[in-house]
Amino acid sequence: MVETQTALKKRMEVINLNFYYGSNNVLKHINMSVYDRKVTALIGPSGCGKTTLLRCFNRMHDLYPGNRYEGDILLDGKSIFDKDIDLIELRSRVGMVFQKPTPFPMSIFDNVAFGLRLKGVKGSKLKDRVEKALKDAALWDEVKDRLKDSAFSLSGGQQQRLCIARAIAVEPEVLLFDEPTSALDPISTAKIEELIVELKKNITIIIVTHNMQQAARISDYTAFMYLGELVEFGPTEKIFTKPEKKLTEDYITGRFG
Amino acid sequence: MEIVSSTQEKLSTVKTKGVFFEVLVKFALGFWALFIGLLFPLLIALILFYESRLAIEKFGFIHFLTNANWDPVNEDFGALTMIVGTIISTFLAVSIATPISIGIAIFITELAPKWLKPIVSGAIELLAAIPSIIYGMWGFFVITPIMANKVEPWLQATFGNLPLVGALFSGVPTGVDVLTTSLVLSIMIIPFMASVVRDSFNMVPSIMKESAYGLGATQWEVIRQVVIPYTASGIAGGLILSTGRALGETMAVTFLAGNNPQIPKSLFDSFTTITVALANQFTEADTDIYLSSLYYLSMLLFLVSFVMLSIAKFMVLRLEKRWKV
Repeated sequence: MVETQTALKKRMEVINLNFYYGSNNVLKHINMSVYDRKVTALIGPSGCGKTTLLRCFNRMHDLYPGNRYEGDILLDGKSIFDKDIDLIELRSRVGMVFQKPTPFPMSIFDNVAFGLRLKGVKGSKLKDRVEKALKDAALWDEVKDRLKDSAFSLSGGQQQRLCIARAIAVEPEVLLFDEPTSALDPISTAKIEELIVELKKNITIIIVTHNMQQAARISDYTAFMYLGELVEFGPTEKIFTKPEKKLTEDYITGRFG
Repeated sequence: MEIVSSTQEKLSTVKTKGVFFEVLVKFALGFWALFIGLLFPLLIALILFYESRLAIEKFGFIHFLTNANWDPVNEDFGALTMIVGTIISTFLAVSIATPISIGIAIFITELAPKWLKPIVSGAIELLAAIPSIIYGMWGFFVITPIMANKVEPWLQATFGNLPLVGALFSGVPTGVDVLTTSLVLSIMIIPFMASVVRDSFNMVPSIMKESAYGLGATQWEVIRQVVIPYTASGIAGGLILSTGRALGETMAVTFLAGNNPQIPKSLFDSFTTITVALANQFTEADTDIYLSSLYYLSMLLFLVSFVMLSIAKFMVLRLEKRWKV
């Protein structure tokens, strides 16, 4: 127990974070840690701010005017809100996978190569890294003979794994998942879950999920949010078996949400 | 009992009324859709064909298409000059309008601050509300002198001596020519193209763009590599719509083309199009074969538009099928 505690490294840290859409305070005084090579799940009822929090980690909110952060988020000890932070670089270090598969209108190969090409990877090195990403995303065997086909020709579950391959191809340190299985059937969902557990060997993962069983199955840490506040954060096992707060217990046991 | 039966009666009458009304509406809508969509164009084509039968008999199809003569005095009519003029001016106008429209759409959807978007959008759409004769008059009285005195002499001095392309800038710059016509025509079709392209840009799901940003793409890379390919069918749709407009545009072109039945060899040559010939000559057609030839010409315009739009529509469908967008 003591050993695992000391082995834990904080990859990201949220310090007293407030977030505003215009004048609307959607995240209130959030404090939490994201441990290296662990899966951290954000759960809570609709509108609790879990997706909003997730999108803070790679500053996706910056794409839209009128959004404001207060407080801090550290990545490897350095604030992601620092003036000298390059957003392009931040987003390739902190990747993202969305609710729905978002393949680009190009071939399977080009989809995975997209982020690599932006970084200037070329030739046989590009080929190798695309292959590795597809293998890591457990998609290689299904697509190796049709890399030139349109990404739209894949099934929904395959498209989502393609998006994961695309995200891990650029070798991010942290990968954000925003309800990645909400548009998928149970079999595809199981595959993605397996994949996430596999990926955490190398990558720190934060996942927003509506599905509490999913959080229980795949995450090491769970943060329960309600109305823009972080109610409880801790090891998943503890949150699901011995929650400290009444609110958490009520949500976990299905009394609301 | 009485109450029950009367209620049932009421219910049943309401029901039959509703059904009858529904059937009536369905029938009416179906009839109008079929009439407007299929019968109406067919009727127009038939009338054009019937009216041009004299010219078809006399000149045939291939000969009419390849004959560059349009000589009412000797009653020798060929459509080549008009067809070439129509195709050249349409092609140039669409080529000029396409990059500008895409640029405008990018500005409106991605770059402009929020408050400016509706203003620019509305202004561009208002361009479409200007009657085409106003464009013609503005083109003739304002643009033509500028082209003749400033732009075209400069173009001639700059490019006139180059090999190959030099010939395109030869001749006397009068301002009433291929270049001015295409330019004004392109301004006329920009609102149509820009709004179609803008609408399709707006339909790109934001998570699509965010996915690209999430991989470390810059705004420009997102636009070029995700937004534009994703909306290729929409852009093609805008192209079709504006090609159709440019093909059929009459008033502005009548002012600016010079109505000279010759095949233009340079951008500064006056020329004519099918629409210009029709607009200018219907009142002058004093013989049956002359009138019939004009009908023949209009049937060709109908066919050219139809074929071009069909090809374009087919291309869009293929694109959509390929990408399932």
